[in-house]
Amino acid sequence: MHRYANPTLYGRIVDRVRRPAALAGLALILVGLYLGLFVAPPDYQQGESFRIMYVHVPAAWMAMFSYAGLAVSSAVYLIWRHGVADVTAKAIAPAGAAFTAIALVTGSLWGQPMWGTWWVWDARLTSVLLLFFLYLGYMVLRDAFDAPERGAKAAAILAVVGVVNLPIIKFSVDWWNTLHQPATISKLDAPSIHPSMLWPLLAMALGFTLIFVAIVCLRARTELLERRARSLEMQAALGRAE
Amino acid sequence: MSLAGTFTAILVRDLARTAGRSGDVVAVLAFFVVAATLFPLGVGPGPQVLARIASGVVWASALLAVLLSLDRLFDADRNDGALEGLALSPAPLAVVVLAKTTAHWLTTGLPLILMAPLVAIMLQAELRLVPALMASLALGTPALSLIGAIGAALTLGARRGAALMPLLLLPLYVPVLIFGVGAVEAAANGLPMGPHLMLLAAGSVLALALAPLAAAAGLRAGLD
Repeated sequence: MHRYANPTLYGRIVDRVRRPAALAGLALILVGLYLGLFVAPPDYQQGESFRIMYVHVPAAWMAMFSYAGLAVSSAVYLIWRHGVADVTAKAIAPAGAAFTAIALVTGSLWGQPMWGTWWVWDARLTSVLLLFFLYLGYMVLRDAFDAPERGAKAAAILAVVGVVNLPIIKFSVDWWNTLHQPATISKLDAPSIHPSMLWPLLAMALGFTLIFVAIVCLRARTELLERRARSLEMQAALGRAE
Repeated sequence: MSLAGTFTAILVRDLARTAGRSGDVVAVLAFFVVAATLFPLGVGPGPQVLARIASGVVWASALLAVLLSLDRLFDADRNDGALEGLALSPAPLAVVVLAKTTAHWLTTGLPLILMAPLVAIMLQAELRLVPALMASLALGTPALSLIGAIGAALTLGARRGAALMPLLLLPLYVPVLIFGVGAVEAAANGLPMGPHLMLLAAGSVLALALAPLAAAAGLRAGLD
């Protein structure tokens, strides 16, 4: 694993992965959208509105998957001081925040026709909102210092502390809601899902994952180049000073 | 110097410093009362509504008061260079953080607990709920100070550090708020509040074990 901490090798890997991941992800999303919007039958309860699930559910999965990636990268950076782990974490954060925002917005759009309201303080919604705040906090803290490395370390610690907290948030919020009011809305009860509805969902989920990988590769590549440019500028400035 | 000696020395020093600037404590308490006062003005003076939201308002206002007091936790030591000295000393930084956080709790959490009955009465809370409210604050505010120490350490020397703190700490504070208010709500509904208080205590104990380590790591990241 330490072999991959070499920025040059890491840069080559992200370069090689980026384009195939983006193309395959795009293809899967197009297939998933076609199957989900035109082939899958309307839901017996929700009619056509259920189709937003094909964007909403993969986005929600990605929101959590990204946070796991952010936390693992941050932990690796804190433990072994590998710069590329920090580059990865920095690249993941905005993508994860975007998927979390998509999950919140699409859920809200689905909630209006289904529940008759844009937002309820449901346990699940509340914990995803807090997850969104964690992403925002990570990004804002990174940018709050003059020395980039200071921001990177502080944000990495925050990401790791957030992991300890996520199950506690989930648990407390679940409990809070059952305590305050009976659940007006229970999760969509689908013991079995018809294959014609399931396949598009799987295609979309895989497509979202590949697009996420492509975005992270692109952002990581850019970050590596920026760091390289900064160090070259420093060298040039030092050269002039001598 | 033993760990206990280090802890005591830092604690006494920080308490003495605050005693010399009693304005800090007054500011926290004033904020607590002012924040709570906004609610009746905002939602109207109806006693039923106020009594219904009293425990939540007291908890939320106390939480905000703690949040606003955190920026002074490490600031003075950073400005006069004491922090570098403490980081270089053989004493574990986590113990230093724990001592400073204890001093912080004694000068914010404790006064807030003592002030809570007054604010609760202002908000038309039932008198029989005041002990429950004080108990939940007593078990919950240590977690607020300890988790807050992480936020204070991470934002040390940040631009807009004070504005950052609420965003960073809100997700971490939510469980404390939920179980704190939950205990009082349980008492209000004639249910046992033991489970809530135990969870609150568990949260404080967990924070006691982990937060000083995380905050010390945050301080080190800011020093080297």
